[in-house]
Amino acid sequence: MRTRFQQGLDELREKLLRMGGLAEQAVERACQAYIDRDLNGCHQVLENETLINAAERDIDETAFDLMAMQQPMAVDLRFLLAVVKINADLERVGDQAVNIAERVMDMVELPAVELPVDIPRMATAVSAMVRRSLESFVEGKAELAQAVLEMDNVVDRMRDDAFIVLVKKMNTNPEATRQALDALLIARNLERVADHATNIAEDVIFWVRGDDVRHNAAQEAPVQPTAGTTGS
Amino acid sequence: MGVSIQVKNLNAWFGKKQALFDITMTAAANHCTALIGPSGCGKSTFVRCINRMHETIPDAKATGSVKIGEVDAYNGTSAPQLRRRVGMVFQKPNPFPTMSVYDNVAAGLKLNRFRSNAKQMDEIVERSLKNAALWDEVKDDLKKKSGASLSGGQQQRLCIARALAVEPEVVLMDEPCSALDPISTGKIEDLIFQLKQNYTILIVTHNMQQAARVAEYTGFFLLGKLIEFEKTTKIFTTPSDKRTEDYITGRFG
Repeated sequence: MRTRFQQGLDELREKLLRMGGLAEQAVERACQAYIDRDLNGCHQVLENETLINAAERDIDETAFDLMAMQQPMAVDLRFLLAVVKINADLERVGDQAVNIAERVMDMVELPAVELPVDIPRMATAVSAMVRRSLESFVEGKAELAQAVLEMDNVVDRMRDDAFIVLVKKMNTNPEATRQALDALLIARNLERVADHATNIAEDVIFWVRGDDVRHNAAQEAPVQPTAGTTGS
Repeated sequence: MGVSIQVKNLNAWFGKKQALFDITMTAAANHCTALIGPSGCGKSTFVRCINRMHETIPDAKATGSVKIGEVDAYNGTSAPQLRRRVGMVFQKPNPFPTMSVYDNVAAGLKLNRFRSNAKQMDEIVERSLKNAALWDEVKDDLKKKSGASLSGGQQQRLCIARALAVEPEVVLMDEPCSALDPISTGKIEDLIFQLKQNYTILIVTHNMQQAARVAEYTGFFLLGKLIEFEKTTKIFTTPSDKRTEDYITGRFG
């Protein structure tokens, strides 16, 4: 057993989980700020982004060191590759939270209007995806990750529905256009967070099973070795 | 050109102790196949069965089939005839210390009773040294410089040149770089890439990065059994057998 290497992997896992917690919290805070029309909440999201960015650099550096110094193979190599990619996705989740907070700050400047879109419901679904994708990483369970992939279509439909009703609102109620556009952009930001959660889930499946499930890759014919047989 | 090495149901013993268990695998022609596994797992014994060096050990025996191309190694072929087709490079470079570089390369031919005039011999020595990527470093002192005066990396390439001089179809390498520094190792690895055009290479290595760098196929041995044989990229990224994964990730061995 390579004890130091294992300690390095454990340390990296913990760092990524802490970063996952920050990113998840950022999305939830931004959505809560939308519900409460809370400027302070928006500012908190913006301030916390620097923590997420610093965590991203730290995780990349740790993973890079482990790759260079420990020359990982097989499941360890897949784990490190997955961590680097999940790290980038979590940083983008943080960016989307900032985008949502900025839209909320724009909305708060105007009198509240009734918008025919259920952003909190969409936020709940998206947060669940992020949380479950991180759970699948913590537990190293591909089945949990697979369930996240299946949730993505639901969020896509929510985004499409939001687009239809908000454009209609803009047409029938032009004075609400600016806030309707903000809400539409928030729906799009949330849908992108869901895409990042999907990416994380795909990376977990790659780490655990070694299967590349991106872009329906499983439907493509696997390449078979042309020589050699397996003995007992 | 290289030919495939086809091994079927190979078993080997040292006295009563069985060292290899029913090994079946094919090393593809003009490719490099690496054998990895912990010490004592049988990979060197396996290689030594291919050129029938295993049977030179008292009480050692082997059963099963080994074919070098269409030639059956154990039926109808003498060991010296077989070794004409199967060159071998060992862990520690072993040039003949009192011989010049030239004579070291020519020695393999002379031992095989190859009859040639001086001009033919010169051509073969030059070609072999060029194929072993050593010619440029030794051409000026070819007949004066002793093999033992070369650096470790040069000595190993000299041994490769000696093996190539008899124009084998297969080259077996038993940890050829374990005694070399990274620069010399790099030269041997580059050389393996060039040699694949004309020979089939089977390399035993403890260095998994080396296996990943030079071989298209890799076999993992454990306790005398071939646990997994696959494309090298598959073995080192997504091995099928838990024992392979545990070994290459350093969880045992």
